[in-house]
Amino acid sequence: MVMDRRSLLPNSSKKQTVTTYTMTTTEPIAMDDPTTADDAISRVPTVPVNPPIAQSENSASAEGLPSANVKLVTRNLRFFYGSVQALSDISMSIPVNRVTALIGPSGCGKSTFLRCLNRMNDMIEKTRVEGDVLLDGNDVYKPGTDVVELRKRVGMVFQKSNPFPKSIFENVAYGPRLTGINGRAELQEIVEKSLKRAALLDEVKDRLNDSALRLSGGQQQRLCIARALATSPEVLLMDEPASALDPASTTRIEDLIFELRERYTIVIVTHNMQQAARVSDQTGFFYEGQLIEVGPTRQLFTTPTEKQTEDYITGRFG
Amino acid sequence: MRFADTTVSLASDDGITGGVTRFRYWFERAIHVFLFACAGISVLTTVSIVFVLLVESVRFFFDVSVFDFLTDTKWTPLLKPQHFGILPLMCGTLLVAFGSSLIAIPIGLGTAIFLSEYAPPRLRDVIKPLVEVLAGIPSVVYGYFAVVSISPLVRSTFPSAGPFNAASACVVVGIMTLPMIISLSEDALRAVPRSLREGAYALGATKFDTTAHVVVPAAMSGIVASFLLAISRAIGETMAVTLAAGATPKATLNPLESVQTMTAYIVQISQGDTPAGTVEYRTIFAVGLALFLSTMVINLVAQGILSRMREKYE
Repeated sequence: MVMDRRSLLPNSSKKQTVTTYTMTTTEPIAMDDPTTADDAISRVPTVPVNPPIAQSENSASAEGLPSANVKLVTRNLRFFYGSVQALSDISMSIPVNRVTALIGPSGCGKSTFLRCLNRMNDMIEKTRVEGDVLLDGNDVYKPGTDVVELRKRVGMVFQKSNPFPKSIFENVAYGPRLTGINGRAELQEIVEKSLKRAALLDEVKDRLNDSALRLSGGQQQRLCIARALATSPEVLLMDEPASALDPASTTRIEDLIFELRERYTIVIVTHNMQQAARVSDQTGFFYEGQLIEVGPTRQLFTTPTEKQTEDYITGRFG
Repeated sequence: MRFADTTVSLASDDGITGGVTRFRYWFERAIHVFLFACAGISVLTTVSIVFVLLVESVRFFFDVSVFDFLTDTKWTPLLKPQHFGILPLMCGTLLVAFGSSLIAIPIGLGTAIFLSEYAPPRLRDVIKPLVEVLAGIPSVVYGYFAVVSISPLVRSTFPSAGPFNAASACVVVGIMTLPMIISLSEDALRAVPRSLREGAYALGATKFDTTAHVVVPAAMSGIVASFLLAISRAIGETMAVTLAAGATPKATLNPLESVQTMTAYIVQISQGDTPAGTVEYRTIFAVGLALFLSTMVINLVAQGILSRMREKYE
C-alpha cells in the first residue's frame, strides 16, 4: 500500500510542471484494493453547494460503511478576517486514519481552514466563524466547548518549527504536564514513545536535557511533531510542516507522516503538489477561499473533474 | 584620517568642475569635523569625569587606607573621631535599592505581562502613555511626595518609624523605576514570537499556562535585564532619597530608620561648607567612584544579557 502510493509519482525530484504532467498521463494505475476506505473517501462531497453532511452520511450508509470512518466534517464553514471573507462555504469530510492533503496557491484559505479545525483562529482579533466543524459528530464551535480539551484531541504542527526554549525532554513533556502528569517515570515513557514515533529518539536519546534550540531545523520540526504526539491526539493538523526544510529532512517528515497515519487522522496543508501526491489519501484543492474539488488523491491528480483543479495541477497557474 | 582618498579624487578632477568640487570637499570636511566634535564632546566628558574621580580618589586614599574605607563600619568624616567606612552608606544605598525592587519588580512585571498578554489593544493604548507620564515626573516631586504623603502613612502604620525613613524612600524609588521595568519587560515579552504562543495553545495550554511556562521564560533574559537596569537606577537615584531617607549614615537593615545613601551624602557635602581640597571634601570622590563602579557593573551585565537575548531571536 505504502509503496503503491510512492510509485504514484516516480519523478518527484523533477520540476513540478514536468512531474505533474507525467502524472496526468500515467492514468492507468490499477485500483489496488477497492474495498478500503479509499472508496468511501471518493463519496465525500466535492462541491461546496451540496448539503454536505447529509450527503456524506447517505453515501456512507449506502456503501455500508459506518459513519465512524469520518473523523471531521465541516459544513458550510465560512471565515472572516474583519470584513474580508477568507473561506466561503467549505464542506468537507476528513476520514479517520487517513492523510488528507489541502493544496492550492498562497492565500487561498487552506491554512485558515486548517486552523479552524482546532480553533487556533480564536486567538486572532476581529475574526468570525460561521458554519459547523464536527469532530466525531460534535460541533467544536458549540458554546461551552472546552477549547483546551479540543486542542488536546486535535494537535497541530506549524510551518516554522517552534520548539520552546527548554530542553528536548521538557518540550515533549509539556503537553502531558498540562494534563497533570508529573511522575518522572511516566513522563520519561511518554517522551521516549513520542520521540520514537516522531523518528527522533535515536538522534537525541543521549541528550534529552540539551536545549531544543540546538537541534537542526529538521530535528526541531520532528521534535514539534513529537511534542504534538505526546498529548495523544486523535487528529494531527500539519501546516506546511516541511516547507522550511531541506530535501533530506522533508523526506524524513514525509516518511513519518506515512507511518503516523496508522494511528492518527492527519490533515496536511502543503504548497508542494508532489508532496500531497506522495503522502495523502485524499486531497482537497482550495482556490480563493473555496474548496474547488476534493477526492481521492490519485483521482484528483489524474482525472480532476474541475477545470481549475486541472489548470492548477498541470502548472498553468499558481 | 579618512580624507586621504578624497584628496586623491580631487587631484584627478579636471578644471571645469574643480571649483565646485573644492567647495564640496571643504564642505564635506567641515561637516565631518563638526560631527566628530559632537561625538568627541561626550567621549571627552566621560573620560574627564572618570579621570577626576580617579585622581581625587587616589589622593583621598593617600590619607585613608583602602582597607579602612572598605571595612570600617562607621562613616563620620565631619565629626571627631573621623571614620571613613563606606559600609553605612553602601548599606543605605542597598537597602533603598533592595526595598524599591521589592515594590517595583512584582508590580512592574505584573503590569508588563498584563499589557503584553492580557490587555485588549485599546486598554493598552490608554495604560502605556500613563506609564510614560510616570517616567516623566521630576524626581524632586517624588521626593516631596515621599515626605508629605508616604512617610506619614508609614509612620501611622509603624509608629516606631522616624519622620525620615528608608521605607518611604523605597516606595517612591520603586514607583520611579516602575516605568523602566514595565517598558523593557513588555518589549521582551512582545518579542517572543507568536509561533511559540501558538505552539503552547495547540497543545491545550491555557492562557495562563502559555504565559507562565512559555512566554515569560522565553523573555526571561530581557526581564532580568530590566530588573538590573531598574536596580542600577535605584542605586543612582539622588533627589528623592535625599529628601525622604534622611541623612544618618547607619549600617542598618531596618527600613523604618533614617539612613543615608551614597548619593545623598554627596549632595550633603557638595552643598555644605566643607572646604575644597581637604580629606573631608575628597570623600565625595571616593564615594562617587564606588557609586560609579557599582552602577557601571550592573549596567554592563544588563546590556550583556539584553544583547544575548537579541541574538536568540534573530
